[in-house]
Amino acid sequence: MAKLSTRWLKKSPWVYHVGTGGCNNCDIEILDCLTPRFDVERFGIKLVVSPRHADVLLVSGPVTYHIKSRLQEVYKQVPKPCVVACIGACACSMGIFKDAYSVAGPVDKVIREVDPNAIFVYVPGCPPKPETMIMGLVKALQKI
Amino acid sequence: MENLALYLLAFLIFPGFLFTGTFGLVVSWLDRKVSALIQWRVGPPFFQPFYDVLKLWQKELIIPRSAKEIGFIVAPFIGLAATSLLATMIGVINLRPEYQFVGDVIVILYLMIIPPLAIIWGGFSSGNPLAAVGANREIKLMMGYELPFLLAVATVFFKVGSVSLGEIIQYQQVHGALLKHPSMIVAFIVSLLWLQAKLAEIPFDISEAECEIMEGPFIEYSGPLLGVYKVMMAMLHVVCPWFLISLFWGGTSLQGWGILWSLLKYIFIIVLVILIKNTNPRVRIDQAVKFFWGWVTLLALIAMALMFLGY
Repeated sequence: MAKLSTRWLKKSPWVYHVGTGGCNNCDIEILDCLTPRFDVERFGIKLVVSPRHADVLLVSGPVTYHIKSRLQEVYKQVPKPCVVACIGACACSMGIFKDAYSVAGPVDKVIREVDPNAIFVYVPGCPPKPETMIMGLVKALQKI
Repeated sequence: MENLALYLLAFLIFPGFLFTGTFGLVVSWLDRKVSALIQWRVGPPFFQPFYDVLKLWQKELIIPRSAKEIGFIVAPFIGLAATSLLATMIGVINLRPEYQFVGDVIVILYLMIIPPLAIIWGGFSSGNPLAAVGANREIKLMMGYELPFLLAVATVFFKVGSVSLGEIIQYQQVHGALLKHPSMIVAFIVSLLWLQAKLAEIPFDISEAECEIMEGPFIEYSGPLLGVYKVMMAMLHVVCPWFLISLFWGGTSLQGWGILWSLLKYIFIIVLVILIKNTNPRVRIDQAVKFFWGWVTLLALIAMALMFLGY
């Protein structure tokens, strides 16, 4: 995995959106990024429909027990190298769902169970503004 | 030996793979930029399609456990090779009509069926049910759009009295572009509808409907193989309009103002495709087949009748 170069990945991160039991608020803000006002296609960011085409997994919501195995499966289906972006307070640290009976854990903990070397981006906020998401993603891609 | 080297040069560099591939990627930038402008956005930078393809070459290649490996890997390359050969034939005959041979239009028509067949093969080999649905729709759509297009091309054959592309181009150099006849304008409209379906653009992108069956046959493709498909589709966006220009609009030339005029013809057709794509919803497969076998075939028959009446 380390051998594959990430030189061009910065220029065209294709995004696949996974909802893991959030309240839909972050999802609406993610869709805002695609509107003419924010227009993420300027940075080559494109929403794709199959995890096989994706470079970035946008995960929103605390990971419920129900969706835990699905999230891990989707992560395995993404060709590496890839980045996992945790969108919103719930995905970063479970937010108000901390210690709730139905929640398996924050996104990074669930994904590290299948791949300890996964790369994460944290965009906190409830919900984060579209500008914050774009900045988080662009900053993260500059660093890898 | 020299001939072989020349043929290889024509196939690999100009006007074959390298030229058409580069031009096709530029056109896919044009596609995204014009779509962005229509939607009041800024759109991607100029080199975006090149970044996309380079990135795909650096990604991991995943072959699903349920896939039939040979078909899954070979199909994109067969499609790419067929498209390169198409570009070579159409390009060489446009530049040097003396390289024609009898029935080369028929060879081109057969070669044009290979890229969809490659997509169908790859889709079925990937072992994904959504890909199978997409491949199935591609077959039905292909059966739909080929009939009226063959009728439109046959109209050109009868008008010129020849089945070779070189003679059709030479006829137009002597008598002026075929598009000045009313019958040919009708046949050209039929061909534009064929083009929309052939390039799998909305309203006829039924086989790779993104929100419905997740890109259909391409769903399991990742990394380099997806890149090959992207380049193939970009090249088809060059080759198919080029073929229509050669048939109806006097061909292309590389002398003097001919370059600009040829480019303008091409841009007119491709921007028309982009505009139709951006202003229409997707139709269902039964609607598409009914449309092609009904109205469009009727239009093609009208074109043929007009041609026999001498218009």
